[in-house]
Amino acid sequence: MKTPGELRKSISFAIIGSGGAGALTAGAILLETAGKAGWYGIMNRSVGPQIRGGEAAALVRLTTHPVDCMAESYDFVIAIDWRNADRFAAEMPLAADGLAIGDTAGGEVPDVIAASGITVAQMAMKDLAGSVQGGRENMIAAGLAAKLAGLPVDTLMAVVEAKLASKGDEAINASRACISIGVSEADRFEQSFHLDKPVTGSTGRWLITGNEAIGLGAVRGGIRFAAAYPITPATEVLEWLAPALTRVGGALVQAEDELASINMAIGASFGGRASITATSGPGLALMVEALGLATASEIPIVVVDVMRGGPSTGIPTKSEQSDLNIAVYGCHGDAPHIVVAPLSVADCLFTAQWAVHLAEAMQAPAIVLSDQSLGQARALVDRPADIAFVAKRNVLGSEVEEAYDRYALTGSGVSPMALPGTAGGQYTADGLTHTVKGVPSSKESDHQNQLDKRRDKIENFDYGNHWADIEISNDDCTDTQFTILTWGSLAGPAREAMHTLAAEGISVKLLAIRLISPFLKQNFLDALQGSQRILIVEQTHSGQFHEYLRAKCDIPGEVRHFHRAGPKLIGPAEICARIRDWKTS
Amino acid sequence: MNIQQSPNFKASDYKSGLTPVWCPGCGDFHVLLSVTKALAELGTPPENVAVISGIGCSSRIPAYTNCYGFHGVHGRSLALGAGLKVARPDLTVMVMSGDGDGFSIGGNHFLHACRRNVDMTYIVMDNRVYGMTKGQPSPTTEPDWDSALSPGGTGLSPFHPLVIALASGANFVAREFSGDIKGSTRTIVEAVRHPGFSFVEILSPCVTFRPDERQWKTQTHAASVEATDDPARAARRIMTDDGFNVGVLYRGRRKPYETHVSDLAGDPAILEEEFAV
Repeated sequence: MKTPGELRKSISFAIIGSGGAGALTAGAILLETAGKAGWYGIMNRSVGPQIRGGEAAALVRLTTHPVDCMAESYDFVIAIDWRNADRFAAEMPLAADGLAIGDTAGGEVPDVIAASGITVAQMAMKDLAGSVQGGRENMIAAGLAAKLAGLPVDTLMAVVEAKLASKGDEAINASRACISIGVSEADRFEQSFHLDKPVTGSTGRWLITGNEAIGLGAVRGGIRFAAAYPITPATEVLEWLAPALTRVGGALVQAEDELASINMAIGASFGGRASITATSGPGLALMVEALGLATASEIPIVVVDVMRGGPSTGIPTKSEQSDLNIAVYGCHGDAPHIVVAPLSVADCLFTAQWAVHLAEAMQAPAIVLSDQSLGQARALVDRPADIAFVAKRNVLGSEVEEAYDRYALTGSGVSPMALPGTAGGQYTADGLTHTVKGVPSSKESDHQNQLDKRRDKIENFDYGNHWADIEISNDDCTDTQFTILTWGSLAGPAREAMHTLAAEGISVKLLAIRLISPFLKQNFLDALQGSQRILIVEQTHSGQFHEYLRAKCDIPGEVRHFHRAGPKLIGPAEICARIRDWKTS
Repeated sequence: MNIQQSPNFKASDYKSGLTPVWCPGCGDFHVLLSVTKALAELGTPPENVAVISGIGCSSRIPAYTNCYGFHGVHGRSLALGAGLKVARPDLTVMVMSGDGDGFSIGGNHFLHACRRNVDMTYIVMDNRVYGMTKGQPSPTTEPDWDSALSPGGTGLSPFHPLVIALASGANFVAREFSGDIKGSTRTIVEAVRHPGFSFVEILSPCVTFRPDERQWKTQTHAASVEATDDPARAARRIMTDDGFNVGVLYRGRRKPYETHVSDLAGDPAILEEEFAV
């Protein structure tokens, strides 16, 4: 008999295999099992570019409380196959009391793991799976992981049965048998990594990826047309939208390239349907010209960029925040538009829905800067609240006055848009500088007026308090010396760092910016009031966010900057370490 | 095809009254006339027609009509048009382009628009030259045509739009000469009525940079054979003709791109069920 270890608030593990071995499936099943049993969690994937035979790892973190980021060290690793693990072992350091279990037939344990001094064990997973008709090693790994983590095995069995229902009894029985083998094999190990009881009070929870949440938020916001060109890691946004749109009266068209997809979205929106496309860096680069067209012709569209490592083809399967500059500054000419960034997997829903609302309200393109670490992460979240933002375009009514000016100079900068089919509203949308009627013009006054109009409608819009998440770790402490200033997906690690530091008595404010452009200077400066030491955190090599902020205003107080390119995600412990160092310096 | 005259509209109802930027004598004036005559004949109210274009002399045409128009970026008019038609199947969508816009920078979209077979009409005003940038060779320019950008000529074989349209799956293929208003009008009417993607190449002389194209008036002649629905026969005819055959050359029977866009919106709440744990 072994003694149960201390119950934990958070555990992390990885299941490693070659692409096609089912490591990701095993991880997804375990995450769902944890969800059904009441815990929270998040799973990301570490995969190579190969479809079959490359490296693939399911990185899973299970917690007793809602969680927005991956852990920085892993409690145990199960390797169906070690052979490709070298390529990403550096992204998943093991905890000092960690455990690594590898298939005896799965190659050598990578040096970086063998050298870390943790317990390394062998298991004949391949042979064990072979003893079951139709058995697979990934199900043995799932049973093993469930037992080590203290997940209820009967719940795991029920999840697997539901997943395999369409494949028949034979497949279900084989998986059940393999899970049972994994569970009993776990008894060989002294270690256990059991989770504490989950916090309760949630009114229902979802298991959702960031990419799916973007899709759902978009549809909730009123999107009824999507144009699609596949690209990693954004494809799942489009794959989710394809059947979803047909269920709500909309349509998705697969385009021949990104040049076509964004132009299709513009065409559909010209026709009056709220429209979207999703891509990643290389696709956004191709779309930039049409973004300028949408800006100039005042046609609302939403473009989702699920960022990956760049430049050029970069690292398609790994996260980075390095498309900030192209999203803000990519267009030629002066082309004000909206750039927003979701702050967590769950926030992908809110931010996408808000982006639709903003684009439609201002008749301008909105770029949503998500990234791989949000988009392809699957998380157990509290059911996101319903929000009221929907597409509400200022459309010309059917009673058209004698002289309709499509681009009339209004106080707000937004002018009523005639939709095709409206008699008397005919106009030509144009990328050429135009008069208030939309007639091409090269006159100085027309150019100036239309530039002003398009700037004003973006700058004068009321963005409410959604422009950023501002949190303070100790409510009673108004004197917050430290602020962690970040954006997008790094809000999760920053928030966790804030809580960790609070537990140590270091009060920290979090300022995580959701509205990147336009930059709300006064709100920003107000939020930083009283902050003496500001740590700017971002996942870029060159520090694009920092430079952007510096270009926009003089940041008060003392500023330090922590930035790094992907693929190794910046985690909470690294942020904490920098604040602690600063405190003692 | 039985063309019904609408008593309600005249060609002038489809003109905006703006003065075109085109040079005097440009073939595109005639194309504008043919298009507006065709629309009057079709009887579609101007507000239910969208004229979509890219960049170049010919792409200036939307603003000269009294329809809804979109003058987009260079080469992407077919994508704008396809998005619009799928989102708004109730509209008559006419995409209008030139040989540079449509066959060079927009070449890939041409292939896929033919293949996709969305129910719209694509009219390319082919003058075998980039006019707006003042006389550079386009994909349909003859190999020995001398210009500042390609002294002595490009030496390249011209692109054959009709064959490419056919090979890519266009459902209706025709060639016209801009000066033949009657023929162009008749063909445009038929192209709009024909289901799926209809392609009409209109030889439209550039009198400024290609004065030699004035001869097209005498060079063009009615096709000596009837249109066919057999792509192989159509291809053979097009490949072996002299480039000046006008009229409808191919009428296909492919099913147009299907779209089920409707305003009967389901409640997005039904989409949330899959995420509940």
